[in-house]
Amino acid sequence: MSDVYERVKRIVVERLGVEEAEVTSEANFKDDLGADSLDVVELVMELEDEFDLEISDEDAEKITTVGEVVNYIQSHA
Amino acid sequence: MKQRVVVTGMGVVSSLGTDLNTFWNALLAGKSGVSLVEAFDMTEYPTKIAAEVKNFNPEDYGIDKKDARKMDRFVQFGLVASLSAIKDADLRIGENADPERVGVSVGSGIGGLGTWEDQHTILMEKGPRRVSPFFIPMMIANMASGQISIATGAKGPNTTTVTACATGTHSIGDSFKLIQRGDAEVMICGGAEATIRPIAMAGFSNMRAMSTRNDEPEKASRPFDIDRDGFVMGEGAGVLVLESLEHAQNRGARIYAEVIGYGMSGDAHHMTEPDPDGAARCMKRAVKDAGIEPEAIEYINAHGTSTPVGDKSETTAIKETFGDHAYKLAVSSTKSMTGHMLGAAGGVEAVILGLALQNGILPPTINLDRQDPECDLDYVPNEPRRADISVALSNSFGFGGHNATIIMRKYEA
Repeated sequence: MSDVYERVKRIVVERLGVEEAEVTSEANFKDDLGADSLDVVELVMELEDEFDLEISDEDAEKITTVGEVVNYIQSHA
Repeated sequence: MKQRVVVTGMGVVSSLGTDLNTFWNALLAGKSGVSLVEAFDMTEYPTKIAAEVKNFNPEDYGIDKKDARKMDRFVQFGLVASLSAIKDADLRIGENADPERVGVSVGSGIGGLGTWEDQHTILMEKGPRRVSPFFIPMMIANMASGQISIATGAKGPNTTTVTACATGTHSIGDSFKLIQRGDAEVMICGGAEATIRPIAMAGFSNMRAMSTRNDEPEKASRPFDIDRDGFVMGEGAGVLVLESLEHAQNRGARIYAEVIGYGMSGDAHHMTEPDPDGAARCMKRAVKDAGIEPEAIEYINAHGTSTPVGDKSETTAIKETFGDHAYKLAVSSTKSMTGHMLGAAGGVEAVILGLALQNGILPPTINLDRQDPECDLDYVPNEPRRADISVALSNSFGFGGHNATIIMRKYEA
């Protein structure tokens, strides 16, 4: 488990009100974690702050799972 | 045929309690909900007092933490009061009420001011990319009605009135008319407000509208007293379940009171200064709508905000409306205890009207130590009064010159 994954998980649990165990690498934000489009926008903002990076709207739209976010952050941070 | 409309449920969130019993007992004990503001540092503000709802946590009332986070405080108040009122009415939408025949009209005088203030700070400090995507839906004044329908499944008329401090009474009066003419069987209606925030405290202070009696918070709201120096801001929500008599009887609902009259008027005078003529025309319209003689009114729950101008103006309006009878009826301002809950005031005061009719007790105007000679009516000073009243009226007046009056009667088959 990477540090990035743990930090992402903490934010997802806090923002989406889900259990830690639900935040698996494969979990889809909308289908599995109950996020709507506004939740995703807010989550992206929070991740940008947490990791001090900018995720373009174009990239943000491609990210659908927890694992994709972790990979994106690891390759851009 | 006009439907008769009855009150079958009531809910309240206030500085004096979040359940009906606690709230009513506090009013009868003449308790003030006013204290030094705890939510923010008020050092630099001329007014440092308010009637706050302390230790309020929406999760304690069954609202999911994730959902609550996306609600402004005024929406949380409105939803909690609505859920209490629905429970009180034993209204089970989808079981003993058709969802499409249950509507919602829970207004707010200002809306999500706290959310606005927080997000504007973020905009200034961090720029436009950091403003929350939830800012707009959290802040808009109609979102209490929206969230209440989402939480309860009420699919009938869904609307919001915004008339400053007359909001709650307009919401209830308009809902009464919706049911009376058959557009809904049940309405969840009232007002919600949460404006004990720095920007609002500064704005109202600079209007010189608020009391600065910071050294004696509990004595600061003193309607009709010669030493009154402005209103004290309150917060919370007051919600009624209104229902057609037929619908209430069919499901065997307990009935608190019947709503029989609604009046509205505009001052056409000034942004903030009241014109007694507007308030008098409003009360007269309500009396006419109720189809009763003015002499039938036995109790008035006054707008009575404790401002020097407002209390005098309302007194003049009551005399203009009722003539000699003005000296025989009882008037009290419960804002002396709850503070002025702005858009929620009419909702909370309708709850008080229902409780007064049901219990046969008039709540007092507290802090009425030296009555203003220009306010020369019977204001039920300092002690509650047992009075088996049949008909009672509630006034609300808002900035902009919006006036609203509702009349309730003890229910008799």
